Amino acid sequence: MSASGEVRPARYPDGRLRRRGQAAVTAQPGPGPAVSRNAIAAAVADAHRREWAFVLAATARVTRDLDAAEECVQDAYVAALDAWARQGVPRNPGAWLTTAARHRALDTLRRDRTLRAKLPLLIVPEPASGQEGEDGADVIGDDRLRLIFTCCHPALAREAQVALTLRLVCGLTTAEIAQAFVVSEPTMAARVTRAKKKISTARIAYRMPEAAELPDRLDAVLTVIHLLYTTGHTDPHGASLVRPDLVERAIGLARMLHELMPDEPEVGGLLALLLITDARRATRTDANGSLQLLEQQDRSLWDGGAIAGGGALVTEALRGGRPGRFALQAAIAALHAEAPSYAATDWPQLLLLYDRLLRAWPSPVVALNRAVVTSMVSGPEAALGEIAALEQDGRLDGYRYLPATKADLLRRLDRRAEARQSYQDALDLTENAAERAFLAGRIGEMSSSD
Amino acid sequence: MAQYAILIYEAEQGYANAGQEIWQQAMESHGRFAAQVGERGAKITGGDALEPTSTATSIRNDIVTDGPFAETKEALGGFYVIEARDLDHAIEIAKLCPAPFGGVEVRPIMDTSGG
Repeated sequence: MSASGEVRPARYPDGRLRRRGQAAVTAQPGPGPAVSRNAIAAAVADAHRREWAFVLAATARVTRDLDAAEECVQDAYVAALDAWARQGVPRNPGAWLTTAARHRALDTLRRDRTLRAKLPLLIVPEPASGQEGEDGADVIGDDRLRLIFTCCHPALAREAQVALTLRLVCGLTTAEIAQAFVVSEPTMAARVTRAKKKISTARIAYRMPEAAELPDRLDAVLTVIHLLYTTGHTDPHGASLVRPDLVERAIGLARMLHELMPDEPEVGGLLALLLITDARRATRTDANGSLQLLEQQDRSLWDGGAIAGGGALVTEALRGGRPGRFALQAAIAALHAEAPSYAATDWPQLLLLYDRLLRAWPSPVVALNRAVVTSMVSGPEAALGEIAALEQDGRLDGYRYLPATKADLLRRLDRRAEARQSYQDALDLTENAAERAFLAGRIGEMSSSD
Repeated sequence: MAQYAILIYEAEQGYANAGQEIWQQAMESHGRFAAQVGERGAKITGGDALEPTSTATSIRNDIVTDGPFAETKEALGGFYVIEARDLDHAIEIAKLCPAPFGGVEVRPIMDTSGG
């Protein structure tokens, strides 16, 4: 009960309902401090967004069980609502929450001997310093990297990696994750439960990968973050083109990873790629929600600060030779973003970057994008040759951007009947409403007789 | 330490068509594997090779039939039981396990002691 007599709903700060039987933390009635309840709720919500991963990662080390850790951390956030109302918001909310969650974990462990006996569900190999105290109170290290590498372990399916990362690293509810990926909540709950069970049953270690395995393991983490971004960037099912929640979560994760691994060029590359791509977000659709191509976008509306920040990261990531696929994609995005106009883009330089990218990452999607650049350097006719090779290759069968790109090249050559057919092929493969409207418009243009 | 089974799935044709020499090589590579497991801090606690599925008999609902439980291109041809620190350690070991005509699957052994 609050001082105003209003009953606090039994919910966690993130909106999750508290389980029955869990006592609500009682607030002191009487004269409260000057801080308003709204301000406290906002501070707790902010700490939830910023500190969840830090607090959970540190608590999992004590509980050695992810479910138990999640409960303790949720309880700590609930406790914060009252404690902060009485004592004020602590200077370091993350440390306060971690201490509260870990105390709760230790209490539970002391009380529950059977739980303690079956603990090593989630094993934590001793760190080199050998400092991992039984009571956990001595070390409050930053375990966020352990957490994210565990969530993205290659023994878990990609969709499970994505779900676990959102759940455990970002603190999203199962309902929110289900909504983001357009599956039912029970389906997503089952996916999360299965993944957690595999972590404990197969004993996926809660640790940083060793140096030899780091490149592959890091690539998996970066792929998951990039997938979150692209899912948010072009909502594959929805009416609008961008789902800002996932986009912001992905950028937040990339920032966190960059802060924790500042010397990994690919991490800087991914962050740069996301920042630069996102700088154009406002211009990807016009006021009516219609898709705007790169050449149609109003460059004065791009976020210059984000582009400059991303550009600096690109320079950093390209230093030291042999850049990886994320650094090279970021370099390509930066070159586009820094060009004064579509026509004045440095296409020959882009072609060089695409060649390097193809060597680092021989993907047919990269080859498709390279074909667009070829058309700007050597003309649409030359690019059609590269498209034909990709059609022959077959790996892009069913990929809507292949016929869409081909259609555009044919349109530029004024081969209208063929262009129309290719636009139709692309339309048949597209679900996103904004993209469908664009393609239908082009089909109309190719049909009109002039 | 935890226990894992390394299940070896291979195309049986591979060995059926192979000469004595291939068979000999397979035996030697399994011998080397056994030595490597110890060097890497894990332990083999069990395992065997199985005769081909042409010798298998399946029983389902008391009905006895000729052949393996499921007809697949790559059949279970043998297995090891190992002790390893965690899944990453088990995977490191499993990667060394010879399976020239297929691959291996790692499964945690269930603790049925009920404690």
